Amino acid sequence: MSDPVFRSAGSGALLADFGSVIEEALFGRVLSLDRALATARPYWLQETVPAYTSLLIVFDPLAVDHGEVMAYVRALEPTPVNLLTTTTHVVPVCYEGEAAPDISEVAATLGTSEEAVIAAHLAGDYRVFMYGFAPGYAYLGGVPNELRLPRKVAAVRGHAVGSVMVAGPQCLITTLPMPTGWWVIGRTPLRVLDPASERPFLFEAGDRVRFTRVGLAALQ
Amino acid sequence: MSEARLLIEAAGPLTTVQDAGRPGWRRFGVPPSGPVDRRAFAAAVSASGGHGSVIELSLGGLTFKAEGHPVAVAITGAATAEVNGVDVGGWCVVTLQPGARCRIRESGGNWGYCAPAGRIVADAWLGSSSTHLIAGLGGGRIAPGGVLTVRDAQGDLASVAIPRPPQSAAITVARAILGPQQRFFSGEVLEQLEGERFMASPRFDRMGMILDGPRLPPSRIDMPSEPAIRGALQIDGDGRMSLLTADHQTTGGYPRVAVVIEPDIDRIAQLPVGAGIRFELVDEAEAIAQTRAAARQTAEWLTRVKAGARSRPPLITANLTDGVVVRRLMS
Repeated sequence: MSDPVFRSAGSGALLADFGSVIEEALFGRVLSLDRALATARPYWLQETVPAYTSLLIVFDPLAVDHGEVMAYVRALEPTPVNLLTTTTHVVPVCYEGEAAPDISEVAATLGTSEEAVIAAHLAGDYRVFMYGFAPGYAYLGGVPNELRLPRKVAAVRGHAVGSVMVAGPQCLITTLPMPTGWWVIGRTPLRVLDPASERPFLFEAGDRVRFTRVGLAALQ
Repeated sequence: MSEARLLIEAAGPLTTVQDAGRPGWRRFGVPPSGPVDRRAFAAAVSASGGHGSVIELSLGGLTFKAEGHPVAVAITGAATAEVNGVDVGGWCVVTLQPGARCRIRESGGNWGYCAPAGRIVADAWLGSSSTHLIAGLGGGRIAPGGVLTVRDAQGDLASVAIPRPPQSAAITVARAILGPQQRFFSGEVLEQLEGERFMASPRFDRMGMILDGPRLPPSRIDMPSEPAIRGALQIDGDGRMSLLTADHQTTGGYPRVAVVIEPDIDRIAQLPVGAGIRFELVDEAEAIAQTRAAARQTAEWLTRVKAGARSRPPLITANLTDGVVVRRLMS
Protein backbone atom coordinates (compact mmCIF):
# COMPACT_ATOMS: atom_id res chain seq x y z
CA MET A 1 0.00 0.00 0.00
CA SER A 2 1.50 3.33 -1.05
CA ASP A 3 1.78 6.06 1.54
CA PRO A 4 -0.72 8.89 1.62
CA VAL A 5 0.52 12.45 1.13
CA PHE A 6 0.62 14.24 4.49
CA ARG A 7 -0.61 17.82 4.52
CA SER A 8 -0.33 20.26 7.40
CA ALA A 9 -3.66 21.13 9.00
CA GLY A 10 -2.51 23.55 11.67
CA SER A 11 -0.37 23.20 14.76
CA GLY A 12 -2.09 20.01 15.94
CA ALA A 13 -3.31 18.14 12.89
CA LEU A 14 -2.24 16.39 9.70
CA LEU A 15 -4.39 15.41 6.77
CA ALA A 16 -3.47 12.04 5.27
CA ASP A 17 -4.51 12.50 1.64
CA PHE A 18 -4.98 9.34 -0.44
CA GLY A 19 -5.94 11.00 -3.73
CA SER A 20 -8.66 13.08 -5.33
CA VAL A 21 -11.00 10.55 -6.93
CA ILE A 22 -14.08 9.44 -5.01
CA GLU A 23 -14.06 5.67 -5.39
CA GLU A 24 -14.33 2.70 -3.09
CA ALA A 25 -10.79 1.31 -3.30
CA LEU A 26 -9.32 4.64 -2.28
CA PHE A 27 -11.92 5.09 0.46
CA GLY A 28 -11.02 1.61 1.72
CA ARG A 29 -7.49 2.86 2.35
CA VAL A 30 -8.86 5.83 4.34
CA LEU A 31 -10.84 3.39 6.49
CA SER A 32 -7.88 1.04 6.91
CA LEU A 33 -5.70 3.79 8.35
CA ASP A 34 -8.60 5.05 10.49
CA ARG A 35 -9.05 1.58 12.01
CA ALA A 36 -5.32 1.01 12.45
CA LEU A 37 -5.05 4.24 14.47
CA ALA A 38 -8.18 3.38 16.48
CA THR A 39 -6.60 0.04 17.38
CA ALA A 40 -3.14 1.40 18.16
CA ARG A 41 -4.46 4.37 20.16
CA PRO A 42 -1.17 6.26 20.51
CA TYR A 43 -1.29 8.47 23.62
CA TRP A 44 -1.05 11.69 21.62
CA LEU A 45 -3.99 10.91 19.34
CA GLN A 46 -7.02 13.12 20.00
CA GLU A 47 -9.31 12.04 17.17
CA THR A 48 -9.48 11.02 13.53
CA VAL A 49 -11.99 12.17 10.93
CA PRO A 50 -12.52 10.02 7.83
CA ALA A 51 -13.74 11.58 4.57
CA TYR A 52 -14.03 10.46 0.94
CA THR A 53 -10.35 10.61 0.09
CA SER A 54 -8.58 11.66 3.27
CA LEU A 55 -8.20 11.13 7.00
CA LEU A 56 -7.67 13.98 9.44
CA ILE A 57 -5.37 13.04 12.32
CA VAL A 58 -5.71 15.39 15.29
CA PHE A 59 -2.85 15.16 17.78
CA ASP A 60 -1.65 16.86 20.95
CA PRO A 61 0.96 19.40 19.81
CA LEU A 62 2.34 19.58 23.34
CA ALA A 63 3.24 15.89 23.16
CA VAL A 64 4.39 15.26 19.57
CA ASP A 65 5.14 17.18 16.40
CA HIS A 66 4.13 16.68 12.78
CA GLY A 67 7.27 14.74 11.90
CA GLU A 68 6.81 12.29 14.76
CA VAL A 69 3.18 11.68 13.82
CA MET A 70 4.11 11.12 10.16
CA ALA A 71 6.82 8.65 11.11
CA TYR A 72 4.41 6.79 13.39
CA VAL A 73 1.71 6.56 10.74
CA ARG A 74 4.16 5.42 8.03
CA ALA A 75 5.33 2.62 10.32
CA LEU A 76 1.78 1.35 10.88
CA GLU A 77 0.77 -1.61 8.80
CA PRO A 78 -2.99 -1.20 8.37
CA THR A 79 -5.07 -4.28 7.72
CA PRO A 80 -6.98 -3.71 4.48
CA VAL A 81 -10.68 -3.18 5.13
CA ASN A 82 -12.99 -5.44 3.14
CA LEU A 83 -15.73 -3.06 2.05
CA LEU A 84 -17.92 -6.01 1.03
CA THR A 85 -18.25 -7.19 4.61
CA THR A 86 -19.00 -3.94 6.43
CA THR A 87 -22.29 -3.62 8.35
CA THR A 88 -25.42 -3.19 6.22
CA HIS A 89 -28.33 -1.11 7.52
CA VAL A 90 -31.82 -1.48 6.10
CA VAL A 91 -33.60 1.88 6.16
CA PRO A 92 -37.38 2.05 5.57
CA VAL A 93 -38.50 5.03 3.48
CA CYS A 94 -41.94 6.43 2.76
CA TYR A 95 -42.04 8.15 -0.64
CA GLU A 96 -45.63 9.41 -0.35
CA GLY A 97 -47.47 12.63 0.30
CA GLU A 98 -46.02 15.10 2.77
CA ALA A 99 -43.05 12.78 3.32
CA ALA A 100 -41.88 13.42 -0.25
CA PRO A 101 -42.40 17.14 -0.98
CA ASP A 102 -39.97 17.26 -3.93
CA ILE A 103 -40.62 13.95 -5.63
CA SER A 104 -42.95 15.30 -8.32
CA GLU A 105 -40.48 18.07 -9.23
CA VAL A 106 -37.62 15.56 -9.28
CA ALA A 107 -39.62 13.33 -11.63
CA ALA A 108 -40.51 16.29 -13.86
CA THR A 109 -36.89 17.53 -13.95
CA LEU A 110 -35.63 14.07 -14.86
CA GLY A 111 -38.45 13.59 -17.41
CA THR A 112 -39.70 10.43 -15.74
CA SER A 113 -42.42 9.21 -13.39
CA GLU A 114 -42.47 9.32 -9.58
CA GLU A 115 -42.51 5.52 -9.55
CA ALA A 116 -39.36 5.48 -11.67
CA VAL A 117 -37.67 7.90 -9.24
CA ILE A 118 -38.62 5.62 -6.34
CA ALA A 119 -37.42 2.53 -8.19
CA ALA A 120 -34.10 4.20 -9.00
CA HIS A 121 -33.59 5.27 -5.39
CA LEU A 122 -34.40 1.78 -4.10
CA ALA A 123 -32.02 0.22 -6.62
CA GLY A 124 -29.00 2.17 -5.32
CA ASP A 125 -26.21 0.50 -3.37
CA TYR A 126 -25.27 3.07 -0.75
CA ARG A 127 -22.19 3.50 1.37
CA VAL A 128 -21.57 5.85 4.32
CA PHE A 129 -18.48 7.80 3.27
CA MET A 130 -18.40 10.38 6.01
CA TYR A 131 -20.34 12.63 8.33
CA GLY A 132 -20.38 16.40 7.97
CA PHE A 133 -22.44 19.58 7.77
CA ALA A 134 -24.18 18.99 11.12
CA PRO A 135 -24.28 16.30 13.83
CA GLY A 136 -25.37 12.97 12.37
CA TYR A 137 -25.47 14.13 8.74
CA ALA A 138 -24.05 11.02 7.05
CA TYR A 139 -23.10 11.37 3.39
CA LEU A 140 -24.14 8.28 1.47
CA GLY A 141 -22.54 7.67 -1.91
CA GLY A 142 -24.13 5.40 -4.50
CA VAL A 143 -27.07 7.30 -5.98
CA PRO A 144 -27.75 5.69 -9.42
CA ASN A 145 -26.80 7.79 -12.44
CA GLU A 146 -30.39 8.26 -13.57
CA LEU A 147 -31.28 9.94 -10.25
CA ARG A 148 -28.43 12.48 -10.13
CA LEU A 149 -29.42 16.10 -10.35
CA PRO A 150 -27.82 19.34 -9.14
CA ARG A 151 -29.01 20.82 -5.88
CA LYS A 152 -31.69 23.52 -5.80
CA VAL A 153 -30.68 27.09 -6.54
CA ALA A 154 -31.59 28.22 -3.01
CA ALA A 155 -31.87 26.39 0.29
CA VAL A 156 -35.34 25.64 1.65
CA ARG A 157 -36.05 25.72 5.38
CA GLY A 158 -37.72 23.39 7.75
CA HIS A 159 -37.88 19.79 6.52
CA ALA A 160 -38.89 17.14 9.03
CA VAL A 161 -36.17 15.13 10.76
CA GLY A 162 -35.67 11.85 8.90
CA SER A 163 -36.07 13.45 5.48
CA VAL A 164 -34.33 11.39 2.79
CA MET A 165 -32.79 13.68 0.20
CA VAL A 166 -30.53 13.50 -2.81
CA ALA A 167 -28.16 15.82 -4.69
CA GLY A 168 -25.69 14.69 -7.34
CA PRO A 169 -24.20 11.30 -6.44
CA GLN A 170 -25.07 11.69 -2.75
CA CYS A 171 -27.96 10.81 -0.48
CA LEU A 172 -28.55 12.03 3.07
CA ILE A 173 -30.97 11.41 5.93
CA THR A 174 -31.54 14.57 7.96
CA THR A 175 -31.10 14.57 11.73
CA LEU A 176 -32.05 18.18 12.44
CA PRO A 177 -34.49 20.56 10.78
CA MET A 178 -31.84 22.49 8.83
CA PRO A 179 -32.28 24.50 5.62
CA THR A 180 -31.17 22.50 2.59
CA GLY A 181 -30.86 22.78 -1.17
CA TRP A 182 -31.13 19.01 -1.60
CA TRP A 183 -34.23 17.27 -3.00
CA VAL A 184 -36.44 15.64 -0.39
CA ILE A 185 -37.86 12.47 -1.96
CA GLY A 186 -38.96 10.58 1.15
CA ARG A 187 -38.85 10.21 4.89
CA THR A 188 -37.75 7.47 7.27
CA PRO A 189 -38.91 6.78 10.82
CA LEU A 190 -35.35 5.65 11.58
CA ARG A 191 -33.14 8.11 13.46
CA VAL A 192 -29.49 8.36 12.37
CA LEU A 193 -28.96 10.63 15.38
CA ASP A 194 -30.69 9.78 18.64
CA PRO A 195 -29.37 12.37 21.08
CA ALA A 196 -30.65 10.52 24.14
CA SER A 197 -29.03 7.22 23.22
CA GLU A 198 -25.82 5.85 24.68
CA ARG A 199 -24.66 5.22 21.12
CA PRO A 200 -26.23 8.20 19.39
CA PHE A 201 -25.02 7.61 15.83
CA LEU A 202 -26.50 4.79 13.79
CA PHE A 203 -23.85 4.55 11.09
CA GLU A 204 -20.08 4.18 11.07
CA ALA A 205 -18.07 5.43 8.12
CA GLY A 206 -17.82 2.49 5.70
CA ASP A 207 -21.23 0.97 6.52
CA ARG A 208 -23.61 0.04 3.69
CA VAL A 209 -27.23 1.18 3.47
CA ARG A 210 -30.16 -0.34 1.61
CA PHE A 211 -33.53 1.41 1.42
CA THR A 212 -36.89 -0.38 1.52
CA ARG A 213 -40.27 1.12 0.74
CA VAL A 214 -42.92 1.62 3.42
CA GLY A 215 -46.25 3.44 3.56
CA LEU A 216 -47.22 6.62 5.40
CA ALA A 217 -48.46 4.53 8.34
CA ALA A 218 -44.84 3.56 9.14
CA LEU A 219 -44.09 7.20 9.94
CA GLN A 220 -46.74 7.43 12.66
CA MET B 1 -29.86 24.16 49.37
CA SER B 2 -27.70 27.10 48.37
CA GLU B 3 -29.44 27.61 45.08
CA ALA B 4 -29.35 30.81 43.07
CA ARG B 5 -31.59 31.57 40.12
CA LEU B 6 -30.67 33.87 37.29
CA LEU B 7 -33.82 35.31 35.71
CA ILE B 8 -32.88 36.17 32.15
CA GLU B 9 -34.33 39.52 31.12
CA ALA B 10 -32.37 40.16 27.92
CA ALA B 11 -29.90 38.06 25.95
CA GLY B 12 -28.35 38.39 22.50
CA PRO B 13 -28.90 35.54 20.02
CA LEU B 14 -25.44 34.06 20.63
CA THR B 15 -25.82 33.66 24.41
CA THR B 16 -25.22 30.03 25.40
CA VAL B 17 -24.06 27.66 28.11
CA GLN B 18 -20.52 26.41 27.44
CA ASP B 19 -18.08 24.14 29.20
CA ALA B 20 -14.68 22.98 27.92
CA GLY B 21 -16.35 21.28 24.94
CA ARG B 22 -16.81 17.78 23.55
CA PRO B 23 -13.74 16.85 21.53
CA GLY B 24 -13.57 13.47 19.85
CA TRP B 25 -16.87 13.41 17.91
CA ARG B 26 -15.89 15.19 14.69
CA ARG B 27 -16.10 11.89 12.81
CA PHE B 28 -19.89 11.97 13.41
CA GLY B 29 -20.27 15.57 12.28
CA VAL B 30 -20.02 17.02 15.78
CA PRO B 31 -17.53 19.86 16.29
CA PRO B 32 -15.95 20.28 19.75
CA SER B 33 -17.97 23.46 20.48
CA GLY B 34 -16.98 24.95 23.84
CA PRO B 35 -15.96 28.60 24.27
CA VAL B 36 -14.84 30.68 21.29
CA ASP B 37 -12.23 32.37 23.53
CA ARG B 38 -10.74 29.51 25.50
CA ARG B 39 -8.42 31.61 27.65
CA ALA B 40 -11.15 33.98 28.85
CA PHE B 41 -13.31 30.92 29.55
CA ALA B 42 -10.55 29.22 31.57
CA ALA B 43 -10.04 32.38 33.63
CA ALA B 44 -13.77 32.65 34.37
CA VAL B 45 -13.86 29.01 35.48
CA SER B 46 -10.76 29.33 37.66
CA ALA B 47 -11.86 32.57 39.27
CA SER B 48 -15.35 31.28 40.06
CA GLY B 49 -14.24 28.09 41.75
CA GLY B 50 -13.83 25.72 38.85
CA HIS B 51 -17.19 24.07 38.31
CA GLY B 52 -16.67 24.23 34.59
CA SER B 53 -19.83 25.64 33.03
CA VAL B 54 -20.20 29.29 32.09
CA ILE B 55 -22.42 31.63 30.12
CA GLU B 56 -20.89 32.79 26.84
CA LEU B 57 -22.29 36.03 25.49
CA SER B 58 -21.79 38.21 22.46
CA LEU B 59 -23.64 40.94 20.55
CA GLY B 60 -26.69 42.04 22.47
CA GLY B 61 -25.17 41.20 25.84
CA LEU B 62 -26.99 39.66 28.77
CA THR B 63 -29.16 41.07 31.53
CA PHE B 64 -30.43 38.99 34.42
CA LYS B 65 -31.75 39.36 37.93
CA ALA B 66 -30.24 37.18 40.64
CA GLU B 67 -32.54 35.51 43.17
CA GLY B 68 -32.22 32.96 45.92
CA HIS B 69 -28.81 32.42 47.48
CA PRO B 70 -26.16 35.13 46.99
CA VAL B 71 -23.89 34.20 44.12
CA ALA B 72 -20.54 35.52 42.95
CA VAL B 73 -19.91 35.74 39.21
CA ALA B 74 -16.62 36.03 37.35
CA ILE B 75 -16.73 38.31 34.30
CA THR B 76 -14.01 37.83 31.67
CA GLY B 77 -13.35 38.22 27.97
CA ALA B 78 -14.67 41.09 25.91
CA ALA B 79 -17.30 42.08 28.46
CA THR B 80 -18.07 44.74 30.99
CA ALA B 81 -20.74 44.57 33.68
CA GLU B 82 -23.07 46.83 35.57
CA VAL B 83 -24.68 45.73 38.78
CA ASN B 84 -27.80 47.68 39.76
CA GLY B 85 -26.70 50.35 37.34
CA VAL B 86 -23.21 50.69 38.80
CA ASP B 87 -20.31 49.99 36.45
CA VAL B 88 -18.07 47.22 37.82
CA GLY B 89 -15.95 46.79 34.65
CA GLY B 90 -14.62 43.54 33.31
CA TRP B 91 -12.14 40.84 34.39
CA CYS B 92 -13.44 40.82 37.95
CA VAL B 93 -15.40 38.78 40.44
CA VAL B 94 -18.50 40.43 41.84
CA THR B 95 -21.02 39.09 44.35
CA LEU B 96 -24.71 39.42 43.55
CA GLN B 97 -27.13 39.65 46.47
CA PRO B 98 -30.71 38.44 45.92
CA GLY B 99 -32.55 40.97 43.83
CA ALA B 100 -29.42 42.36 42.16
CA ARG B 101 -29.71 43.06 38.46
CA CYS B 102 -26.59 42.33 36.41
CA ARG B 103 -26.20 43.77 32.93
CA ILE B 104 -23.26 42.56 30.84
CA ARG B 105 -22.32 44.07 27.50
CA GLU B 106 -19.73 42.91 25.02
CA SER B 107 -16.92 45.42 25.00
CA GLY B 108 -13.66 45.62 23.09
CA GLY B 109 -14.28 42.36 21.27
CA ASN B 110 -16.94 39.79 20.46
CA TRP B 111 -17.11 37.17 23.20
CA GLY B 112 -17.60 37.60 26.94
CA TYR B 113 -17.95 35.12 29.78
CA CYS B 114 -19.96 35.10 32.98
CA ALA B 115 -19.19 32.21 35.32
CA PRO B 116 -21.38 31.87 38.41
CA ALA B 117 -19.67 30.37 41.47
CA GLY B 118 -21.58 27.09 41.57
CA ARG B 119 -22.97 24.54 39.15
CA ILE B 120 -25.17 25.72 36.30
CA VAL B 121 -28.02 23.26 35.82
CA ALA B 122 -27.92 22.47 32.10
CA ASP B 123 -28.50 19.55 29.76
CA ALA B 124 -25.43 17.60 28.76
CA TRP B 125 -24.91 15.83 25.46
CA LEU B 126 -22.04 13.40 24.82
CA GLY B 127 -20.65 14.27 28.22
CA SER B 128 -20.62 18.03 27.75
CA SER B 129 -23.01 20.89 28.42
CA SER B 130 -21.42 22.98 25.66
CA THR B 131 -24.04 24.28 23.29
CA HIS B 132 -23.76 23.43 19.60
CA LEU B 133 -25.87 26.38 18.61
CA ILE B 134 -27.28 25.46 15.18
CA ALA B 135 -28.15 21.97 16.39
CA GLY B 136 -29.48 23.21 19.73
CA LEU B 137 -27.71 20.30 21.45
CA GLY B 138 -26.02 20.58 24.84
CA GLY B 139 -26.80 23.17 27.50
CA GLY B 140 -28.69 25.33 25.07
CA ARG B 141 -29.25 28.92 24.13
CA ILE B 142 -29.99 31.33 26.94
CA ALA B 143 -33.03 33.38 25.98
CA PRO B 144 -35.09 36.16 27.57
CA GLY B 145 -37.69 34.77 29.93
CA GLY B 146 -35.56 31.76 30.82
CA VAL B 147 -34.25 30.91 34.27
CA LEU B 148 -30.79 29.54 34.89
CA THR B 149 -30.41 27.62 38.14
CA VAL B 150 -27.05 27.61 39.93
CA ARG B 151 -26.62 24.85 42.51
CA ASP B 152 -24.10 25.06 45.35
CA ALA B 153 -24.00 28.81 44.81
CA GLN B 154 -21.26 30.64 46.65
CA GLY B 155 -21.73 34.23 47.65
CA ASP B 156 -18.65 34.60 49.81
CA LEU B 157 -15.91 34.46 47.18
CA ALA B 158 -13.03 36.89 47.49
CA SER B 159 -14.01 39.60 45.06
CA VAL B 160 -10.90 40.37 43.09
CA ALA B 161 -9.70 41.75 39.82
CA ILE B 162 -8.76 38.86 37.54
CA PRO B 163 -5.36 39.22 35.87
CA ARG B 164 -5.65 39.46 32.09
CA PRO B 165 -3.97 36.81 29.96
CA PRO B 166 -0.57 37.25 28.37
CA GLN B 167 -0.85 38.93 24.94
CA SER B 168 -4.29 40.28 25.72
CA ALA B 169 -4.07 43.23 23.31
CA ALA B 170 -5.92 42.93 20.01
CA ILE B 171 -3.88 40.67 17.74
CA THR B 172 -2.45 42.40 14.65
CA VAL B 173 -0.30 39.65 13.14
CA ALA B 174 -1.47 36.04 13.32
CA ARG B 175 0.75 33.10 12.48
CA ALA B 176 -0.54 30.38 10.18
CA ILE B 177 0.68 27.21 8.45
CA LEU B 178 -0.14 26.73 4.78
CA GLY B 179 -2.41 23.80 4.04
CA PRO B 180 -4.10 21.45 3.92
CA GLN B 181 -5.57 22.60 0.59
CA GLN B 182 -3.15 25.30 -0.56
CA ARG B 183 -2.73 23.43 -3.86
CA PHE B 184 -6.01 25.02 -4.97
CA PHE B 185 -4.38 28.47 -4.97
CA SER B 186 -1.89 30.14 -7.28
CA GLY B 187 1.44 31.41 -5.98
CA GLU B 188 0.18 34.92 -6.51
CA VAL B 189 -2.82 34.35 -4.22
CA LEU B 190 -0.61 32.77 -1.58
CA GLU B 191 1.55 35.89 -1.65
CA GLN B 192 -1.56 37.99 -1.11
CA LEU B 193 -2.45 35.91 1.92
CA GLU B 194 0.80 36.93 3.54
CA GLY B 195 1.18 40.42 2.09
CA GLU B 196 -2.27 41.92 2.42
CA ARG B 197 -4.25 43.23 5.33
CA PHE B 198 -7.59 41.65 6.26
CA MET B 199 -10.28 42.99 8.56
CA ALA B 200 -12.61 41.59 11.19
CA SER B 201 -16.18 41.78 9.87
CA PRO B 202 -19.49 41.95 11.74
CA ARG B 203 -20.44 38.62 10.14
CA PHE B 204 -19.47 36.13 12.79
CA ASP B 205 -21.13 33.48 14.90
CA ARG B 206 -20.00 30.39 16.81
CA MET B 207 -19.07 28.65 13.55
CA GLY B 208 -16.66 31.28 12.32
CA MET B 209 -15.95 34.81 11.21
CA ILE B 210 -15.78 36.24 7.71
CA LEU B 211 -12.62 38.29 7.22
CA ASP B 212 -12.98 41.22 4.85
CA GLY B 213 -10.12 42.07 2.54
CA PRO B 214 -8.80 41.08 -0.85
CA ARG B 215 -10.47 38.12 -2.50
CA LEU B 216 -8.31 35.01 -2.73
CA PRO B 217 -10.02 33.06 -5.51
CA PRO B 218 -9.23 29.34 -5.69
CA SER B 219 -7.91 28.23 -9.06
CA ARG B 220 -10.37 25.31 -9.05
CA ILE B 221 -13.24 24.23 -6.80
CA ASP B 222 -13.49 20.54 -7.61
CA MET B 223 -12.23 19.17 -4.31
CA PRO B 224 -14.00 16.29 -2.61
CA SER B 225 -15.27 17.21 0.86
CA GLU B 226 -12.37 16.99 3.28
CA PRO B 227 -12.26 17.27 7.08
CA ALA B 228 -12.05 20.78 8.52
CA ILE B 229 -10.56 22.02 11.76
CA ARG B 230 -10.76 25.00 14.07
CA GLY B 231 -8.47 27.82 13.01
CA ALA B 232 -8.70 27.00 9.32
CA LEU B 233 -8.80 29.91 6.87
CA GLN B 234 -11.48 28.70 4.49
CA ILE B 235 -12.02 30.30 1.09
CA ASP B 236 -15.42 30.16 -0.58
CA GLY B 237 -16.02 30.10 -4.34
CA ASP B 238 -15.93 33.91 -4.49
CA GLY B 239 -12.55 34.02 -2.79
CA ARG B 240 -13.91 35.29 0.50
CA MET B 241 -12.05 34.15 3.62
CA SER B 242 -13.52 32.84 6.87
CA LEU B 243 -11.86 31.75 10.09
CA LEU B 244 -13.44 28.54 11.43
CA THR B 245 -14.07 28.51 15.18
CA ALA B 246 -15.81 26.47 17.92
CA ASP B 247 -18.92 25.17 16.09
CA HIS B 248 -17.22 24.72 12.69
CA GLN B 249 -18.53 22.25 10.15
CA THR B 250 -16.46 19.09 10.43
CA THR B 251 -16.11 18.50 6.69
CA GLY B 252 -16.63 20.62 3.63
CA GLY B 253 -15.85 21.19 0.01
CA TYR B 254 -14.34 24.67 0.28
CA PRO B 255 -10.54 24.70 0.36
CA ARG B 256 -8.69 25.75 3.50
CA VAL B 257 -5.64 27.69 2.34
CA ALA B 258 -3.95 27.75 5.76
CA VAL B 259 -4.62 27.09 9.44
CA VAL B 260 -3.89 29.68 12.14
CA ILE B 261 -1.66 28.34 14.91
CA GLU B 262 -3.40 27.34 18.13
CA PRO B 263 -2.57 30.38 20.33
CA ASP B 264 -3.71 32.93 17.71
CA ILE B 265 -7.10 31.48 16.68
CA ASP B 266 -9.28 32.74 19.52
CA ARG B 267 -7.58 36.14 19.48
CA ILE B 268 -8.70 36.68 15.87
CA ALA B 269 -12.25 35.65 16.81
CA GLN B 270 -12.22 38.41 19.44
CA LEU B 271 -11.21 41.18 17.00
CA PRO B 272 -13.80 43.96 16.96
CA VAL B 273 -15.38 44.92 13.66
CA GLY B 274 -12.93 46.75 11.42
CA ALA B 275 -9.76 45.71 13.27
CA GLY B 276 -6.96 44.80 10.87
CA ILE B 277 -5.15 41.48 10.80
CA ARG B 278 -2.17 40.25 8.81
CA PHE B 279 -0.98 36.68 8.45
CA GLU B 280 2.58 35.51 8.82
CA LEU B 281 3.24 32.05 7.42
CA VAL B 282 5.32 29.79 9.65
CA ASP B 283 6.54 26.22 9.23
CA GLU B 284 5.46 23.25 11.32
CA ALA B 285 8.44 23.41 13.71
CA GLU B 286 7.78 27.09 14.44
CA ALA B 287 4.05 26.42 14.93
CA ILE B 288 4.80 23.67 17.44
CA ALA B 289 7.37 25.81 19.29
CA GLN B 290 4.99 28.78 19.52
CA THR B 291 2.06 26.59 20.56
CA ARG B 292 4.09 25.01 23.36
CA ALA B 293 5.47 28.36 24.55
CA ALA B 294 1.96 29.84 24.64
CA ALA B 295 0.64 26.81 26.55
CA ARG B 296 3.32 27.30 29.22
CA GLN B 297 2.51 31.00 29.53
CA THR B 298 -1.20 30.28 29.76
CA ALA B 299 -0.66 27.65 32.46
CA GLU B 300 1.44 30.08 34.54
CA TRP B 301 -1.15 32.81 34.16
CA LEU B 302 -4.01 30.47 35.14
CA THR B 303 -2.05 29.51 38.26
CA ARG B 304 -2.06 33.20 39.19
CA VAL B 305 -5.79 33.47 38.43
CA LYS B 306 -6.48 30.49 40.72
CA ALA B 307 -4.24 31.81 43.49
CA GLY B 308 -6.03 35.15 43.32
CA ALA B 309 -9.40 33.46 43.58
CA ARG B 310 -8.38 31.49 46.68
CA SER B 311 -6.59 34.18 48.60
CA ARG B 312 -8.28 36.75 50.78
CA PRO B 313 -6.03 39.74 50.23
CA PRO B 314 -6.60 43.10 51.91
CA LEU B 315 -9.64 44.57 50.24
CA ILE B 316 -11.20 47.91 49.73
CA THR B 317 -14.89 47.37 50.14
CA ALA B 318 -17.22 49.65 48.30
CA ASN B 319 -20.86 49.46 49.19
CA LEU B 320 -22.97 50.00 46.16
CA THR B 321 -26.69 50.34 45.92
CA ASP B 322 -29.16 47.62 46.80
CA GLY B 323 -26.91 45.24 48.56
CA VAL B 324 -24.26 44.63 45.93
CA VAL B 325 -20.71 44.66 47.13
CA VAL B 326 -17.69 45.03 44.91
CA ARG B 327 -14.31 44.63 46.47
CA ARG B 328 -11.14 45.36 44.62
CA LEU B 329 -7.55 44.54 45.34
CA MET B 330 -5.79 47.30 47.22
CA SER B 331 -3.15 48.62 44.87
